Amino acid sequence: MSAATTLTNGAEPAGSEKIKKSRSHRINWWLTAVIAVLSLTILIPLYFTIITALKTPADAGTFGLPGTWEWHNFADAWNKVNYPKAALNSALITVAAVVLTLLTNTFVAYAVARNMDKRFFRFMYYFFIAAMFVPFPVIMLPIAKQFGSWHLDNQIGLVLLYMVLGLGTNLFIATGFIRSIPVSLEEAARIDGAGTWRIFWKIIFPLMGPINATIAILTALWAWNDFLLPLIILTDQSNQTIPLAQYVFSSQFATNYPMAFASYLMAMAPILIVYVFAQKWVISGVMRGAVK
Amino acid sequence: MSHVQTAQGAAVKRPKKRSAFSNRKVDRAYYWMVVPAAVIFGLFLYVPFIQGVAYSFTNSQGFGDYKWIGFKNYVALFSDDRVGHAYLFTFLIAIAITILINVIAMFLAVALNSNLWFKNGFRAIYFIPYTLGVLVIGYVFKYIFMTPLPALGRALNISWLSESLLTSEHYAWVPIVFLAVWQGIAYSTLIYLAGLQTIDGEIYEAASIDGVNGWQRFSKITFPLIGPFFTINLVLTMKNALGTFDQVVALTNGGPDSKTETVTYLIYTGGLTGGEYAYQTANAVLFFIVLAIIAFVQLKFFGNKEKI
Repeated sequence: MSAATTLTNGAEPAGSEKIKKSRSHRINWWLTAVIAVLSLTILIPLYFTIITALKTPADAGTFGLPGTWEWHNFADAWNKVNYPKAALNSALITVAAVVLTLLTNTFVAYAVARNMDKRFFRFMYYFFIAAMFVPFPVIMLPIAKQFGSWHLDNQIGLVLLYMVLGLGTNLFIATGFIRSIPVSLEEAARIDGAGTWRIFWKIIFPLMGPINATIAILTALWAWNDFLLPLIILTDQSNQTIPLAQYVFSSQFATNYPMAFASYLMAMAPILIVYVFAQKWVISGVMRGAVK
Repeated sequence: MSHVQTAQGAAVKRPKKRSAFSNRKVDRAYYWMVVPAAVIFGLFLYVPFIQGVAYSFTNSQGFGDYKWIGFKNYVALFSDDRVGHAYLFTFLIAIAITILINVIAMFLAVALNSNLWFKNGFRAIYFIPYTLGVLVIGYVFKYIFMTPLPALGRALNISWLSESLLTSEHYAWVPIVFLAVWQGIAYSTLIYLAGLQTIDGEIYEAASIDGVNGWQRFSKITFPLIGPFFTINLVLTMKNALGTFDQVVALTNGGPDSKTETVTYLIYTGGLTGGEYAYQTANAVLFFIVLAIIAFVQLKFFGNKEKI
């Protein structure tokens, strides 16, 4: 869909190119100024977070630079929240959720997309998609109870839940993508004697790269930042994820703001660092997710 | 299905019934790809869902014995002021959040799609909020709303700002909406940007020859052409806004005086920590019905050609 239009966009008649070039190179400075000023609404809170983390408690709450730079706030917070443990936990959960989501998602999407003429697979499609409309609060209480009695009130249960709750939306994006992959590729392989699994791993899975990147990014951001699911699923304190650790921390040590801010900053830092390096990918990935 | 076919003569009828679908034989591998996921899916999503509905007709507290009490929970919900207020509050902030996000995101997308200096850099900056966890950034905003901002209000003699908005019964919703919008804009902006990529540049060329002004350009060309993306965004932002939870936990904890409790927050606190397990499950089922109606109306109203 979108790919087609961008293609035609690129292949313009040579005549109009000249006019277009001159116009498209004129920078709109007014709009640039407006956008720059508006971007302060994002940069100022971040600046505030950083400088507050480096102040003394008495100094906190002002927007100026710190009088003395209190780097030890980070060390204090590091120990108080048990940061390495929480970060490792969050990282493991995020990676596992992404891997499991990608596996199940590509399997289901491929099988369903290629067999939509069959009643069973058609039913399966709607079986998964319909779940998009079940709001989480409805299943929140039974899940909390059920996972406790199944001994899934831990990281494994959490990972499974990310897979289940994301599958509907991801499937929706991925089946559309798979249908755009020509079936003739598979038919050729089949004639050469390849089975369905082989075709999947050798042809389909590699071709799904772009859409899998999108799904991986969205799942990773969700699993890393999520607060509600860990809150209701993880009963053991030692299993805490980063958002959960901040929650417990801020109800206990809320009075020392610089230390709290150092802790918040450390909670944001890993994803911000990844984002700085991968932002082009992230942005184009999310955009592709939207165009389904 | 195979056992049905072998049963007395049904085999003759079966293929006929399926004739609308193809009779092609399906490789067993495809079933292996779908069925395990479907089983986990059913177990973790549909089973709790059905259980939730069942619990809503009991007086369970989440543990111990319970009795069937029919529709009593549902009847009670309708005369519960706290629940009524939570619904009202949730709808009001959801509408505010949806409108604000979509208006601002639409503007940003159009701006970020035109000829700016440092365009990709600005795109990157505007997407930062989406990468941050709501709870953590919420704590930062809580502090900003509690200390520096009232100080600023006092310095500038702005009376409504000199007290913390978070402790005000009338204005505590403002920070919640602010945080949700601050975070939600990024994703919607990207969806609109994706929509703008699908518009052929030549349409604008033709329009500029016809002497179309900036506003007409947007309202007559851009907006109609990104209509499907508007629908997607509206449904998604509304769905997210109706589930507002993290923002409330981070900023107000439902206070002051239960004034900022959203439905999700009420279901969580009442159901898991307040001993109202069955009652809040009934609330959740009611919420589901309400949300389903809203989603249906939205899709119907904004053109059902586009799916979510």
